[in-house]
Amino acid sequence: MAAHAHPVVHEAPKGFIRKYIFSTDHKIIGIQYYLLALFSVFIGIILSLLMRLHLIAPNVELPFFGQMTPEQYLALMTMHGTIMVFFVLTTAPQSGFGNYFLPIQIGAPDMAFPRLNMLSFWVTFAALIVMLAAFFVAGGPGGVAGGAPISGWTAYTPLSAIGPIAGPGLGMGQTLWILSLALFAGASLMGALNFITTTLDLRTKGMSLMRMPLTVWAWFVTAILALLGFAVLLGAGILLLLDRTAGTSFFVPAGLVVSDTQIPHKGGSPLLWQHLFWFFGHPEVYIAILPGMGVTSHVLSTFARKPIFGYRAMVYAIFAIALLGLSVWGHHMFVSGMSPYSALAFSLLTMSIGVPSAIKTFNWIGTLWGGQIRLTTAMLFAIGFVSLFVTGGLSGLFLAQPAVDLPLHDTYFVVGHFHMIMGVAAIFGIFAATYFWFPKMFGRFLNERIGKIHFWITFIGVYAIFMPMHFIGLSGHPRRYADTTAVQFLAQLDPVHTFMTVAAVITGAAQLLFLFNFFWGLWKGEKAPDINPWKATSLEWTVPSPPPHDNFQGRFPTVYRGPYEYSVPGAAEDYTPQNAPDTGQTASRQ
Amino acid sequence: MTTRQSRLASGWAAAALAFLLIIITFSTIYIFVKRIWWFPESITALGADVDAQFVRTLVITGIVFFLAQLGLGFAIVRYRDRGRRAVYSHGNNKLEILWTTATAIMFLGLGIAAERGWARFHFQGASPGALQIEVVGQQFQWNFRYPGPDGVFGRTDPSLINDAAGNFVGLDSTDPAAQDDLVLPIIAIPVNREVELILRAKDVTHSFFVRELRFKQDTVPGLTIRVHFTANKVGKYEIACAELCGLGHHRMRSDLFVLPPDEYQNWLRQQAETE
Repeated sequence: MAAHAHPVVHEAPKGFIRKYIFSTDHKIIGIQYYLLALFSVFIGIILSLLMRLHLIAPNVELPFFGQMTPEQYLALMTMHGTIMVFFVLTTAPQSGFGNYFLPIQIGAPDMAFPRLNMLSFWVTFAALIVMLAAFFVAGGPGGVAGGAPISGWTAYTPLSAIGPIAGPGLGMGQTLWILSLALFAGASLMGALNFITTTLDLRTKGMSLMRMPLTVWAWFVTAILALLGFAVLLGAGILLLLDRTAGTSFFVPAGLVVSDTQIPHKGGSPLLWQHLFWFFGHPEVYIAILPGMGVTSHVLSTFARKPIFGYRAMVYAIFAIALLGLSVWGHHMFVSGMSPYSALAFSLLTMSIGVPSAIKTFNWIGTLWGGQIRLTTAMLFAIGFVSLFVTGGLSGLFLAQPAVDLPLHDTYFVVGHFHMIMGVAAIFGIFAATYFWFPKMFGRFLNERIGKIHFWITFIGVYAIFMPMHFIGLSGHPRRYADTTAVQFLAQLDPVHTFMTVAAVITGAAQLLFLFNFFWGLWKGEKAPDINPWKATSLEWTVPSPPPHDNFQGRFPTVYRGPYEYSVPGAAEDYTPQNAPDTGQTASRQ
Repeated sequence: MTTRQSRLASGWAAAALAFLLIIITFSTIYIFVKRIWWFPESITALGADVDAQFVRTLVITGIVFFLAQLGLGFAIVRYRDRGRRAVYSHGNNKLEILWTTATAIMFLGLGIAAERGWARFHFQGASPGALQIEVVGQQFQWNFRYPGPDGVFGRTDPSLINDAAGNFVGLDSTDPAAQDDLVLPIIAIPVNREVELILRAKDVTHSFFVRELRFKQDTVPGLTIRVHFTANKVGKYEIACAELCGLGHHRMRSDLFVLPPDEYQNWLRQQAETE
C-alpha cells in the first residue's frame, strides 16, 4: 500500500552551485550522471577505435601514439571494457534516466534520500577520476595507455593479484582500478537504496504497483540486482586489494613462479575470484539491459498508440530475468576448472532465461501488432533495440550449453554476443530514452532529421561491426589477442577484421552527429512549448518542461488508471493520461 | 510537412527498416547455412557431439531469429500510422501461454540434449591405458612433459624452476623417475590412442585450446585438471592460449602433432636423443 503522504519538500535552491553542482534535485543529478556517461562513452569509443586500428595494422605508427605494443593494446582493452560497462551502461540507463524520471513517473517530488543521491553522484564522479588516473601513473605499458592495467575488465587472478611482475600496469594501475570500482560500488549501493525506497514508499495516490510504468519496474528491479551484486563486487575488490597490499592470499595459491621469481603467497584460489566476480558480473549485465527493456516497452507503446501487450507478463518477466540472472554466474566458468557437474545446473538455469526474454520479445512485437506506428527517432531506436536484443540474446543460447561453449568460450563469438546485447541493444535503449525525454528535460526537441540519419548509420553499422565477430569466433579466433601475427590460423580472418574496422570507424564517426545534435539541441533546439508533445500517458508528460523543483508544484496527482491506456474506445483522444479522472465513459482495466 | 506527407515519409521509413531487417536476416542465415566461416573439421568423438549440438542449436535459434526479425519488420510496415485508432488490446493470455510453453520446451530441450556430450567428456576419467602427458602453461609458452620409458612422472618442485637454465617445470634431477622425463615446447600424440592431458599452470591462468579437438581447458595455478580425448586423424594442429595471461597472450602458441603410431615412437626417440 503506497504511503502517499508526501514528504516535506525543501524550497528550490538558489545560487549556481546549489542549483547545478551540489544539487539534491534528482533531475539535476540524473543529468549529471548522463553527462558523465556521455563523456565516458566517447573515451570508450576512442579506445575501441585505437584497438581496431591496431588489429588491422599492428606495426603501423598511429597518429599521436606511435607504434602500439601488445601491452598497450591490452591496457586500452581493459579500460575500454571497464569504462563502458561501469561508467556508461551502469550509469546512463539507471542512474541517469532512472534518477530523472522514476520520482516523476510515480508522482513523487524527489527521491526518498536526496542528499544520499547527491553523494552517490559525486562518489561516482570520484570513481571516474580515479579510473582515469590509471592512465597517468607510472609502471604501465606507457604511451596513451599510461599505467593502465592489462588484465581485462574481469581482472582474473592471479594475473591481477601478484603485481607488476606479471606484467605492465599491474602495479599502481591495477590498484587504482580496484579503488575506482570500490568507490563505484559504494555509490551504486547508495543509489540502489534510494531507488528501492522511493518506489516502495513514495508513490502518489492511486499509483498502485500494477499501474507503474514498465520503466519504473525496470529501474526498481535493477536496483535490487545492484544492491545484491555490487555488495559482492565491493567485497571481492577489498579482498583483492588485501592480496596485493597486505600479504593475504585469498586468490593466490602456493608455488607460483613468474619469470623465475618465486611468489610468496599460499592458500588461495584463483577460482574464488571468478565466483565472486561473476556473481556480481552476471547480474551486472542485466543491470545494463533491464532499464533499456523498460524504455523500449514505454516507447513502443507510446508510438504504436497501443497498450503494452501483456503488462502483467512483462512485470513477471522482469522479475524472472532478475532472479534467474542471480543464479547463472557459473556459465562464465564452464572451462575454468570448476566442477563439471555444476555446469549442468548453471546451463539449464541459463537456458531458462531465454523464456522470460522471449516473452518480452513476443510482447513487444505484440504491442506493435494492430498499432498505428509513428516512426519518430525514439521509436526507431526502440524498434532497433528489439532487433538487436533478439540477435544478441540468441547467440547466448550457444554459449549457455557447456559442450557448445567448449570451442566458443574466450573467442570472438563471446565478444560478438556481449557487444550485441550490451554494446548495442543497451546503447539503443539509451538513445531511445534520450530522443524521447529530451523535450521534457530541456524544453527543446532534438532534431529529428539528424536523429534519423544517426539511427540509420548506427543500426546498419553495429550489425556490420559485431555480426562478423560471431563468424570469426566460430573459426576459433580467441579474444583479447593484441594482434593476429603469431597464431597462424588467424591470418585467413584478417579481411574480416578490416571489414569490422571500417564499419567501426564509420559508425563511431556517426556518433558525432548525436553529440552535435545533443549540444545544439540544448541551446538551439526547436522549442517544445507543448508539455506533452508525444501525446503520452505517463505522469512526466503532465508537468512543465523542464519540471519545477518539486515536479508537481505542490499539486501531487491522483492516478486512476494504468500507464498505457492508448486508443481507448470511446475516448476523445487516442491517449488517456494516468491522472485523467475516470469519467465512467472509458473502461479502465487496471 | 503536412500530416499526410509525414505519413508518406514514415511509410518509406517503415519499408526501409523492414527491408533492412530482411537483408540482415537472410544474409546471416546464408552465411551460417553455407558455412562461409565455420569450425575446422573435428578430429575427436567429442567434436562430433559438439558439432551435432551446435547444428541443433543453430536450427532452433535460426527459426526464432527468422520469425522475430521478420515479424518485427512485418509489423512495422503493416501497422504503420494511417491516421486511425489502434486496436485497444492488453494482450492475449492464450497466446502468451502458448509461446511461453513452446519457448520453454525448445530451450530446455536444447539444454538437456547438450548435456550428453559434456557428460561424455567430463564425467568419466581417462581409461587406465591412456597415454598421459603433462601440460604446463607459463608466460608465454607451453611446456609438454612426457614421463619417459619408465612411465612415471618424476618429482617436480616450484622452487626448482629455472627458466634461464631450461628447467621450465622444476624437475628434481635427484629423483630417478625424473631422469627420463622429456619436457618439450611442442606435443605429439599417436592417432587413435586415448590421451590424458594433465593440465597445470606456473604463474597465471592460461587455457589450452585446439580447434580441431573441439575443446579448451583453462590451466589454473594451484589446480591439476585432467582431460582425455582420442584424436582420429593424423595432422598438425595449432595450439592457442585462450585465457588472457599477460602481454604475450596472443603469441603463446604451439603445435599438436597427431602421428601414426610408429612415427610417434620415432619422434619420441628422437626427442629423447636430442635432450
